Amino acid sequence: MHIGHDHPHAHGEAHAGPGHEGGDPHAPPGDHDDTLDYYRKLEIAVRELLIEKNVLSADEIRRTVESYDSRTPEGGARVVARAWVDPEFKALLLKDATAACESLGFDMNVFDVKLTVVENTPSEHNVIVCTLCSCYPRMLLGMPPAWYKSRAYRSRLVREPRAVLREFGTVLPDDVSVRVHDSTADLRYIVLPMRPEGSEHLSEAQLAQLVSRDSMVGVTTIPPVAP
Amino acid sequence: MSAGHLEPGDSVAVLDVDVPGHIRTPFYVRGKRGVIEREVGRFRNPEELAYGRSGEPKRMLYRVRFAQAEVWPDYEGPDVDTIDVDIYEHWLRKV
Repeated sequence: MHIGHDHPHAHGEAHAGPGHEGGDPHAPPGDHDDTLDYYRKLEIAVRELLIEKNVLSADEIRRTVESYDSRTPEGGARVVARAWVDPEFKALLLKDATAACESLGFDMNVFDVKLTVVENTPSEHNVIVCTLCSCYPRMLLGMPPAWYKSRAYRSRLVREPRAVLREFGTVLPDDVSVRVHDSTADLRYIVLPMRPEGSEHLSEAQLAQLVSRDSMVGVTTIPPVAP
Repeated sequence: MSAGHLEPGDSVAVLDVDVPGHIRTPFYVRGKRGVIEREVGRFRNPEELAYGRSGEPKRMLYRVRFAQAEVWPDYEGPDVDTIDVDIYEHWLRKV
């Protein structure tokens, strides 16, 4: 048996990576650190200058990058589940989302924008986009998915939101108002989805497990819980 | 140029001007009419910040709600559909 042989391929099948030239099916794959393109060089140059000129320290940059990287949609799901079980928290969340999230222990200081929660109801469905770039509620959801940054999503969601929602499997009746939110400036939106039917008996932690990233962007809703 | 203080419910129009630079007001709402949904607060002007200037004085940011049918005359969807865009005071005119 082959120790450490965990990549799925049929023996004799060609690999695309540069490490496999010469036909050896077990040669190591090529390194992927060979993308020193224009923007990467620009970022490195600017970062080094900021450090050299004492505008920012290397440690501040590290701390900020780590803070961004530590965030995942589980953070948003915790906030949503709390809002479902605690009416006072929900009222604060809709009024001052930053304060509400800080009360749950989220560090909101690294984000110089105003977090705003938009609530789905039986008559209103909210969905977020950033047509100008890729503004996203990173403090609660982490990095945006590739489709959120695509030109197709950014241009089509404002123009034909119901068609885009249908492609995500979300079909809404005509008496539900679809409210698109374009984060063009200093607001970041996150959707508070509706608590699904059949979830009455679940604990806060169990509820958080139901809350998907896409439901907090607003491209999906949360399906009823099977009895 | 500024619309003066605006209140939720006020009808506004977005200036239909084409200026160069780092502009946050999308083309698709220029010249369109909407309603102030809320006052967001004062922020340093991003159109100035982008060029290393102070961004002062701070500008009032509003969330403006547009009917989709107003923004896209051939919009395929019910009249209840809306789009909210965050727009700075100096891009708005009261109507």
